[in-house]
Amino acid sequence: MKKSHIFLLVVIAIAIGIIVSTADDASTYVGFGEAWAMSTSGNNKDIHVVGQLKKGNDGEIIGIKEGQDRVSFSFIMVDDAGKEQQVNYNQPMPPDFTRSEKVVVVGSYHGDTFNASRIILKCPSKYQEEKITV
Amino acid sequence: MHYLVGDLGHLFVITSLITALLAAFSYLKATLTTDLNQRESWLWNGKVAFFAHAGSVLGICILLFVIISNHYFEYYYAYNYSDRKLPTYYLISTFWNGQEGSFLLWMFWHTVLGIILIATNKFWEAPVMTVFCAVQAFLASMILGVVIPGLEFKIGSSPFILLRDAMPDAPIFTAQPEFIPKDGQGLNPLLQNYWMVIHPPTLFLGFALTLVPFCYCIAGLWLKKFSSWIRPALPWTLVGCGVLGLGILMGGYWAYETLNFGGYWNWDPVENAVYVPWLIMVASLHTMITYKNSETALKASIILVISVFIAILYSTFLTRSGILGDSSVHSFTDLGLSGQLLLYLLFFTVGAIVFSVVRWKEIPSTEKEASTYSREFWIFIGATTLCLMGFQVLAGTSIPVVNAILGEFGLEKKLAPPTDAVAFYSKFQLWFAVAIGLLSAVGQFFWWKKVDRKVLMNQLFIPAVAALLVSLLVVNLLRVFNLPYAILMLAGFFTIFANGKILFGLLKTSPSLSGGAIAHIGIGLMLIGIMFSSGYSKVVSLNNTGLQISKTFSEEFNRDNLMLFIHEPRTMWGFEIEYLGERLEPRYHAGFIQKGDVLPTEDQHQVVAKREIKVGSKDYQPNDTIEVHGENTYYEIQLRKGDKTYTLFPRAQINPDMGGLLVSPDIYRSVSADLYTHVSSVMDPSEEHEWSDIEEMKVKQGQDFFANDYVGILESVERIHNVYGVELRDQDVAVKATVRLRGEKQEYVAEPIFLIRDKMVGRIPDEIADLGVRMTLMNIHPETNEFTLGINTRQKDWVVIKAMEKPYINVLWIGTLILMVGFGIAMTRRIKEFRKMKAKGLE
Repeated sequence: MKKSHIFLLVVIAIAIGIIVSTADDASTYVGFGEAWAMSTSGNNKDIHVVGQLKKGNDGEIIGIKEGQDRVSFSFIMVDDAGKEQQVNYNQPMPPDFTRSEKVVVVGSYHGDTFNASRIILKCPSKYQEEKITV
Repeated sequence: MHYLVGDLGHLFVITSLITALLAAFSYLKATLTTDLNQRESWLWNGKVAFFAHAGSVLGICILLFVIISNHYFEYYYAYNYSDRKLPTYYLISTFWNGQEGSFLLWMFWHTVLGIILIATNKFWEAPVMTVFCAVQAFLASMILGVVIPGLEFKIGSSPFILLRDAMPDAPIFTAQPEFIPKDGQGLNPLLQNYWMVIHPPTLFLGFALTLVPFCYCIAGLWLKKFSSWIRPALPWTLVGCGVLGLGILMGGYWAYETLNFGGYWNWDPVENAVYVPWLIMVASLHTMITYKNSETALKASIILVISVFIAILYSTFLTRSGILGDSSVHSFTDLGLSGQLLLYLLFFTVGAIVFSVVRWKEIPSTEKEASTYSREFWIFIGATTLCLMGFQVLAGTSIPVVNAILGEFGLEKKLAPPTDAVAFYSKFQLWFAVAIGLLSAVGQFFWWKKVDRKVLMNQLFIPAVAALLVSLLVVNLLRVFNLPYAILMLAGFFTIFANGKILFGLLKTSPSLSGGAIAHIGIGLMLIGIMFSSGYSKVVSLNNTGLQISKTFSEEFNRDNLMLFIHEPRTMWGFEIEYLGERLEPRYHAGFIQKGDVLPTEDQHQVVAKREIKVGSKDYQPNDTIEVHGENTYYEIQLRKGDKTYTLFPRAQINPDMGGLLVSPDIYRSVSADLYTHVSSVMDPSEEHEWSDIEEMKVKQGQDFFANDYVGILESVERIHNVYGVELRDQDVAVKATVRLRGEKQEYVAEPIFLIRDKMVGRIPDEIADLGVRMTLMNIHPETNEFTLGINTRQKDWVVIKAMEKPYINVLWIGTLILMVGFGIAMTRRIKEFRKMKAKGLE
């Protein structure tokens, strides 16, 4: 076996290692139902849940509760399957939170509540914004 | 309405696309034709078209800047990214705040580079510029903003779009089509930072520079000049590596200074998207240099140079198509360009791959196996390591793309990025970095000397022993008891000592060749700096009072944050630390204003002086209006040790519209560590204070009294004829008391007012926020010459801070500078070399 072949094999091995590790470390998008099932079966790995903020009939967002001094807050999120869940977040409300059309929370269940360690927002494209402050 | 600027802008945008296409076509003809005369005239055509293109791009830039700097808010771009209050230098950064502007910036750098290429290199002009102009045409289409009639398909997004066209559904425009907003939305406050003025141009120049080696490479394959393209391309790769690296580091430094995640690097997809191309570009630099010296690694160079440019296109696609929407903290908006971006990416990827595959068999390569003791072998391993390093980051960052592709095949899209990005990337990058450290030490010896095993061992012995000894010393002195970190540090020291030895030898013989050795010393220092500042960053604002800040906060928050009451010193990190109060920043000059010295107005950006204020070189009289950055509040915090004092001004933006608190740190820099401090909770300005019940006392003029444990004196009472905010009528009587209170640090003045109108009494109290005291002039007793003062007290002002120690972060910055010096020296050398070759007529 030539040295270059050994070298190539090593590189391929490392590359496969990287891919396997990426696939292994990758989190998953699930609904609250599945997340709950995972947590009750003892799997406390952080997962991603995609959904929207709960809105009332008039389109107003409901269920946001600010903690004292605005250091933490909780809100009600509806996942893609329509399941509602209260989510706690131990940080101030991120900018543009209430404007977001889609929310991704990263975290896990602690008892009955979902504790988010990170919130990612998808805000509507600026071109769709129709509000101008006159 | 200023229609002309926009119409001209649209015209220039269209011209720039057409001229780019024309130039590409002419240069293509010039490359393909064999007839010399025709060739000359096609070349001439290409050149004219390219200069016309450069002119239009410049025109677009000027017009866009005219719109921004003249505040033409009828244009979407000006309305959305700027306002009247921005100073000129931030108006410049408004230019590239939007996607359209950043495409424009990229195009602008391309035109500059294109002109340099045309001017410097006659031989390669035609084929190189063909590829170059094709790329430029794709970019120009991104800002076209034309909708194909009937198809409803939009090509590009124009920066010259009118606000009413951008928001056709806004009700105001149905009522008033000519409506122009009075002011714009303003620039994101986080981007109002000097780094944001210079970081994007540097980064995009780096982006632009990756195109040049790519064009040379494709031209070389095209003309079957498989090897001679490397020489003219090499200086460009070198400059590109330097500039792109500098751009990335500037971005990191901006994040460190402005954002509050506590570091310079966060493995966000946006950061990764420039880090990966840079790694590959550095790898390509090494294989190209190898080829120039020993005629090996040609195929590797071709693959890498092409990969760099594809990586740049892929990054552009990732960051601008909206595909990262669910995974990046930076919220990207999809301008509807994703299809176009994908086409751009695929066109050049497929094109370049087809070109190389067709020519692959003809590319000369050495059949000889590289010896383990040859520099080619080591450089090649180094380049491979860099590529694997990039591959790992790319794999993690591409998860959303994998998801999208799976989605296309109808599979469920369930894959999400790793939840702990830092851990995920670090666990690989750390070991790759160790390998880079070791290889850059060993590789450099092979570079300069023909060595066998024995010579190598001799040469490396001293640096290895020195690195080991110094590392052992540092491990024990600074308690680096984490094995991977210690190994990373050892690799860093090893490359520093090994390259230092080479540098020492070179300085005596040929200092102009020392660029490589210096750059690698810089890398070694950076590895050590990163290891300390990130690996050993620790929270120092530990709550040592034994009391919870608040029961509603998490345990972690209560542990890691320090509550500071105004003028009540605490100890932290060996310093006495004291909170001195809220400050405002004047808009048009330096310095800070105490919030207690001014009154707010309707406009949050204007305040009125309550008394005489001296700010820096400016003097304000009572009732003067002061322009401030109303959205920012600074918290003055003093650090004292011995007779030295330092002051920090961490910043917060309390923005109910944006739903919370946006904080930026302030950093105290010492030689051995940075103290990185930001506020983590502040008093809510909209919330009323809870005051104690009023306490009344009768005092005479000049009499001392106690208020909230502070000594006070009623200095004077006088009739006044102007009351701020109240219009006095003829019959009205207004009386102002001047009360002085002696606080811990300074004297404060409260001026409560007593008003009589139509036999009714009005009282305007005055608050001394620093002391938590409010004074009211309750009553006047002319018969006894006494006055009744009312005193309310409240909890003192407070702020909660979090502070982190970043040890030896200066080693990282010094390493960065040295790396750049190394690049600078190497660039000078290559450019000189190029000039020499040109003088000989070889280019």
